Amino acid sequence: MASDTTLTPVTIPAAPIEARNAPISVVGPVAWARANLFSGPVSTAVTLALGYLIIRWAIGFIDWAFINAVWSVPNNQTQACRDARGVGACWAVVTEKHRFILFGTYPYEEHWRPALACVVFVGLYIVSAMRRFWRKELALIWIAALTTIGVLMWGGVLGMPYVAQERWGGLPITLILSTFGLAFAFPLAIMVALGRRSRMPAIKAICVLYVELIRGVPLISLLFMASVMFPLFLPEGMNIDKLLRAQIAIILFAGAYLAEVVRAGLQALPKGQYEAADALGLSYWNKTGFIILPQALRMVIPPLVNTFIGFFKDTSLVLIIGIFDLLTAGKTAIVEPAWQGFGVEVYITIGLIYFAFCFAMSKYSQSLETELNQHRRR
Amino acid sequence: MSAAIETVASAARLDAPPAIFMDRVNKWFGSLHVLRDISLDVAHGERVVVCGPSGSGKSTLIRCINRLETHQEGHILVDGIELTDDVRALDAIRREVGMVFQSFNLFPHLTVLENCTLAPIWVRRMPKREAEELAMEYLNKVKIPEQAKKYPGQLSGGQQQRVAIARALCMKPKIMLFDEPTSALDPEMIKEVLDTMVLLADTGMTMICVTHEMGFARQVADRVVFMDQGEIVELGTPETMFNNPQTERLKLFLSQILRGH
Ligand SMILES: Nc1ncnc2c1ncn2[C@@H]1O[C@H](COP(=O)(O)OP(=O)(O)OP(=O)(O)O)[C@@H](O)[C@H]1O
Ligand SMILES: [Mg+2]
Repeated sequence: MASDTTLTPVTIPAAPIEARNAPISVVGPVAWARANLFSGPVSTAVTLALGYLIIRWAIGFIDWAFINAVWSVPNNQTQACRDARGVGACWAVVTEKHRFILFGTYPYEEHWRPALACVVFVGLYIVSAMRRFWRKELALIWIAALTTIGVLMWGGVLGMPYVAQERWGGLPITLILSTFGLAFAFPLAIMVALGRRSRMPAIKAICVLYVELIRGVPLISLLFMASVMFPLFLPEGMNIDKLLRAQIAIILFAGAYLAEVVRAGLQALPKGQYEAADALGLSYWNKTGFIILPQALRMVIPPLVNTFIGFFKDTSLVLIIGIFDLLTAGKTAIVEPAWQGFGVEVYITIGLIYFAFCFAMSKYSQSLETELNQHRRR
Repeated sequence: MSAAIETVASAARLDAPPAIFMDRVNKWFGSLHVLRDISLDVAHGERVVVCGPSGSGKSTLIRCINRLETHQEGHILVDGIELTDDVRALDAIRREVGMVFQSFNLFPHLTVLENCTLAPIWVRRMPKREAEELAMEYLNKVKIPEQAKKYPGQLSGGQQQRVAIARALCMKPKIMLFDEPTSALDPEMIKEVLDTMVLLADTGMTMICVTHEMGFARQVADRVVFMDQGEIVELGTPETMFNNPQTERLKLFLSQILRGH
């Protein structure tokens, strides 16, 4: 051999080698930080600079939001809040006005009714999210829940005084608009997406026209048309509820966007799946219901939920036609001179409510995705 | 060659309608003439192997039989029913014709058992339990009953193709179409699928099979159809076709295939 390296004779161990834990420099938080935060001089400098900024900001925020905050004031005496201006948050505005923010101009003594309606909504979401309830009975649960909500909000029976729809407001309006909106828009979207791929030219043309027309206008102008122009076309004396008109506008708008998402799923499905279903003699609806949609919808869960979340927040646009959703109610709550200037606290609160709903949707979609796509794992 | 067509045609006239009867079928993809004056009939219980170079229209030919592709000229009759735009006739034909694809096309979101029972339940209106028993019977025949509860993605290619065969058989078809069932498979899996097909041939099933497996063709085929550029160039028993090719095109094709193997 040319080189000097002496080869140690290979010894074959008597016993199999036990698996050992990796050294601490390979796994664990220290190794993670070294690899991701301090891997070089630039990286270390950026980490330190950003860390400093984050800590400074966090301390400032905690000071403002908790330590120096004013949590409550004696009946509408906002002096304490005005004194704390700039150094502490005035959560008193939320404590004082939360009923108005949540329920708008709904009669004060009857607030338990919209509150209960919101609880029913959340219960409905939770039940619908559980796969073990994904049966035909779920439709009955929905009908029952929505009827209960209607009875609670309108009243006029069971000793509950009647409350006109004009006085509804706050969170129940947001939940009504988005729940009904998506519950109707989703099936509509599926039909439109299927229609766009139909071999019948008339159906295809109608679906294309619908999607392109609706997508071509902003939601605001659609709401405006629904509220101002639509009644002009109706015969004298006939009047469709303002909330219903806004609801229809939202359904049509969401339907067009969701239809495109569903269509993307239909297109992504390999042609072989359609052919195999055809070759087995499955009818169009059997093929669509058992083979095409289950696969196509699974593929588009992320963009579907993305659209859902977007629409949940877009319901706040109904403010331009004078409907009191959560955001509008919050805005109105601080119109009163005593509370003017405390918008940040109110908006943070409303933001947290929106965030709770959207985050729940997002988390749920992630778990649904892994659960429904189990068959892709080996 | 034309003599062979005539004998079968005259035999068919005496008998019940042939399983498949194609008369001067023409098809174009845009301006591409992919099927040219195809005339072919297949008797009940007959096994026909279709071969030919890539792009010669083999897939298109058998896909026309269950109308995954539509032909523009000529007539195709399956078990005496003509293929037209009539949906009722098409449904009737698709119930009688099973198909196995090169890329399996199993439904990945359904278990093996559900893949096999879906069509019997919804097309044949069979009770679920009966459909499951039937499916297990066929899964047994293709030798994978133990995989019934798995998803297709968890099986090997050869196993998936055998499930696809079982799925088609669960509809109790009179005719089976195979479009290169083994060409997406690794060599060691080809045999298990071919064995299954030989077993099926032994039951007397009418089969049309696009394949380049000459061993299989020799073993089971009653007739071999050689296609090139959209037309049937030669047609006859495997022995005459492989041992004594008449045309230059078939000679060239056979030499290429033999070199490839
Ligand atoms: N959907 C289609 N649209 C347009 N042209 C097509 C289509 N399907 C097939 N063709 C063309 O028609 C011709 C015949 O195709 P076909 O798939 O029948 O060939 P094949 O004999 O099965 O070939 P292979 O051995 O590669 O599978 C080819 O030239 C192909 O490019
Ligand atoms: Mg082919």
